[in-house]
Amino acid sequence: MTEVWVTIGALVVTTALIRASGPMLLGGRDLPPRVQGVIALLAPALLAALVAVETFGAPEGGAYELDARVVGVGAAALALAGGMATLPVVAVAAIATALARLIG
Amino acid sequence: MSVVGREVPASGRGAPARDDAACERERFRAGFSVGVPYAIAALLLAISFGVLAEPLMGNVAPIAMSAFVFAGSAQFAATAVLAAGGGAAAAIVAGILLNLRYVPMGIAIAPSLSGGALRRAAIGQAMIDFSWAASSRGGGRFDPRFMLGATLPSYPCWVGGTAIGVLAGDAIGDPGALGLAAIFPAFFLCLLFEGELGPGPPRVVAALGSLIALALIPLTPAGVPVIAASATALLGFRSASRAAVR
Repeated sequence: MTEVWVTIGALVVTTALIRASGPMLLGGRDLPPRVQGVIALLAPALLAALVAVETFGAPEGGAYELDARVVGVGAAALALAGGMATLPVVAVAAIATALARLIG
Repeated sequence: MSVVGREVPASGRGAPARDDAACERERFRAGFSVGVPYAIAALLLAISFGVLAEPLMGNVAPIAMSAFVFAGSAQFAATAVLAAGGGAAAAIVAGILLNLRYVPMGIAIAPSLSGGALRRAAIGQAMIDFSWAASSRGGGRFDPRFMLGATLPSYPCWVGGTAIGVLAGDAIGDPGALGLAAIFPAFFLCLLFEGELGPGPPRVVAALGSLIALALIPLTPAGVPVIAASATALLGFRSASRAAVR
């Protein structure tokens, strides 16, 4: 049980510091245009990577895991390409995953 | 209306102070309504976390972890290491690796934040993937009010869901068995396609970022693929002038 509380305590402190780092050190001033150009590309880079990892990665990391999620996210991509809005797209993802799990 | 709410007006620059305050409330509310559906998904994931963590941690620790760490992927990763007998040090490292993406995310919102260092640090605590991305306004600008509003519903859902999972897990089972796993990438996919894929550099970076992350999945610990992919944004150093025009 000590392990659990040590882990939680360390993560409370480090998570807060990590979340505070950028805003504390760089906030309150305009950055050079070139740096702003990098920042402008962080959202597409991070979102694309999160989609890839959360679709094809094993939850514990270190390996691929192809399961019903791939079907769900694939269905979501098709729904999105078909012009559906966010909530219906997410619903399609959930339903397709559940169906794929029932069948598989 | 698009759920990601990008039609929300930018800050009312030059408007009288009273309108500014009203505008800020409006942006907070817009963020809040965009954040509610995500919070419902977070509630289900939190129940799953509570169910998973209870046998290892007991009743109090999982709820405390959700209340004070408030970072889903890091909590799951650290708990998995502890459950596998990996020890506290390995669990802490696993959690930190998954949280490290908040460093570039925090750098990204920094220029959009006003006020003193402590106030900015406090706003940084409200960063979660969804609200951060949903508050992106293109060209590297972010709407912090919108982000705060979008995060707010997730907090009680995350903590309360953990409590439900811990206390009632035996009765309700693990909602992870539902189609939950695809919901989060689906949300991120929507945010990506509805707001972040402008022609040119954003598309190149999104394609490169997903390829790098995919390639690194089997080679690195969890968290590293996403951090490595964020480095592709450095391409913006060269294309800065084009990005600024957008």
